[in-house]
Amino acid sequence: MEAWFALLVGIFFTVAVYLMLSKFIIRVLLGVAVLGNAVNLLIFTGGRLTRDVPPVIAGGADALGGPAANALPQALILTAIVISFSFFAFLLVLAWRAYEDLSTDNTDEMRVAEPMKEPMPPLGY
Amino acid sequence: MAVPTPSSVDLSAALVLGPTTGADWLVILPVAWCFTIGAVLVMLRRSVGLHPIIAVAGLAGLVLIDALLLGHVAAKGPVTMVMGRWLPPFGIAFTVDLTGALFALVAAIVALAGGIFSLADINDSGRRYGFYPFLMLLMAGVSGAFLTGDIFNLYVWFEVLLISSFGLLVLGSEPEQIDGTVKYGFLNLVATTLFLVATGYLYAVFGTLNMADIARKAEGLRGSAPLMTLTALYVLAFGMKAAAFPVNFWLPASYHTPRVVVSALFAGLLTKVGIYALIRVMVMLFPVEREELSFVMALAGALTMIVGVLGALAQTDFRRILGYLVVSGIGSMLAGIAVGGPGGIGGAIFYALHSMLVMTGLYFAAGIAARLGGDSSIATVSGLYRKNVGFAALTLMLCFAVSGLPPFSGFWPKVMLVKAALDIGAWWLAAALLLAGFCTVIVTGRLFLLAYWRDEPGAAAETVRLPPAVLAPLTALSLLTLGIGLYPEPLLATIQSAAAGLAEPSAYLNSVFPVGGLR
Repeated sequence: MEAWFALLVGIFFTVAVYLMLSKFIIRVLLGVAVLGNAVNLLIFTGGRLTRDVPPVIAGGADALGGPAANALPQALILTAIVISFSFFAFLLVLAWRAYEDLSTDNTDEMRVAEPMKEPMPPLGY
Repeated sequence: MAVPTPSSVDLSAALVLGPTTGADWLVILPVAWCFTIGAVLVMLRRSVGLHPIIAVAGLAGLVLIDALLLGHVAAKGPVTMVMGRWLPPFGIAFTVDLTGALFALVAAIVALAGGIFSLADINDSGRRYGFYPFLMLLMAGVSGAFLTGDIFNLYVWFEVLLISSFGLLVLGSEPEQIDGTVKYGFLNLVATTLFLVATGYLYAVFGTLNMADIARKAEGLRGSAPLMTLTALYVLAFGMKAAAFPVNFWLPASYHTPRVVVSALFAGLLTKVGIYALIRVMVMLFPVEREELSFVMALAGALTMIVGVLGALAQTDFRRILGYLVVSGIGSMLAGIAVGGPGGIGGAIFYALHSMLVMTGLYFAAGIAARLGGDSSIATVSGLYRKNVGFAALTLMLCFAVSGLPPFSGFWPKVMLVKAALDIGAWWLAAALLLAGFCTVIVTGRLFLLAYWRDEPGAAAETVRLPPAVLAPLTALSLLTLGIGLYPEPLLATIQSAAAGLAEPSAYLNSVFPVGGLR
């Protein structure tokens, strides 16, 4: 089971890296989204995959009886999902705004902050 | 199926039963305070006139809290506070040692200086877009990152400061800023995702996220677990955050675009959070792996220094020169972490604290220079010395400090780092440190020569008065660097014991797992 999940995570990472190497912001954005999901799956697998019962303490008992699924990775992933989703939303709006204002989504042509030709300073004093 | 167990469980072993003392609250107060002020500012979004007053008062309060916290930690050793009555490693712990408290205090001082500077720099539209709430939330994230004792929470605080920094970076929505934010945003998000990947592996290996617990268990797992992979991932993630050489290009692409006070705060705070996290993980959690990676890190540090300073030499824009100088400074800190030992780690901490003050001050100077000269390119700005002699003198002090010349604060960490590098026989690293310092002198000399000393052609020299809101923080930071340079002993002693506490974290561990407590 773990091996299949590891393979899946690997595929996700491959797709994410491939998309993030693109020049076009919208593809990079999709890559970021895939990357976030790859990491979530990785944490999920890292927390051990089991077919055990949920960690709910039976009525009248004080502690878990037998082996149970680990709840912590789910809490971690939940945090990571919320964060990566909010970042994805922000970056999506930012990419849209960049496309509107700079009228390109090609990163090669985005040279506003780092212009190609700047005036030289005086060479002598 | 779960079977009810007959034996009753002793919950008192996992719960905090004693009352929390007032001093313990100091540990989380910096974060809680920033969040509260930030929330109040968001609620008062219709009366933006009140924002600067509340924010500056709040930042002054933050400096006071962090100073009290540093005093408390210096007197009592590391302090831990856990959330929700659960003892570590189950509960989320805030653990403050000297390193964290020192970084938090200097960060608060820098933020207060920025808050005062912003009175003259942020106009009404900036206030309406929420500069001050973002600033307070940024400080919450920065303080949280310095004070937390839980590595997943470190990730969460990174994200808190990252989203606030996005907000601050696009404030104003100029095309230039949007371009800069795109690069900053995507690359920093990738860096934090890498950090999360490393943390996921860490959890899979250790089954815990509490830093003290990890430090305790690392020894036993060294033979069986791929700790080198983990550490290398952390180095890459934090190195990207700190703008170390191969992954530094987002910083000079974005730091010169926002409002001056925003770039000043970023230069002072954000890269140093990366360095702090690197110190915490490499020195305290994985010291053996740090030894093994030390050559790679030293190489990356040396290249960061040289590439940074060469980039600064190639630039003409005042703020972009400074962006490359930030990168160059990061190289020195990396070299310190790579060298290790009290000299290396102490030097890295000292350099980071010095760099927070000096880089912020220099960005303030860049803002004032642009205000006086009407432009930010040293190709066109000239004659600043004639316009305001006091301002020119303050800039010169900061230029000396950033180059590592005595009697300013940059001198001592540089001496420590060079000596530490020579002590382990890494003469090439010492040479790189000295070469970077020498080139920084050329960079700042060129800057001062062209923008300050060069006469303005055909203009009458008249003195321009500067508002106290921009001059006061610059003066304070310059005097602080001069003070540290002239009388470094108290700070140096604190830094030495902070570095010793990182190398030998028994006090840290005892604070998280008190003797007689759980396990």
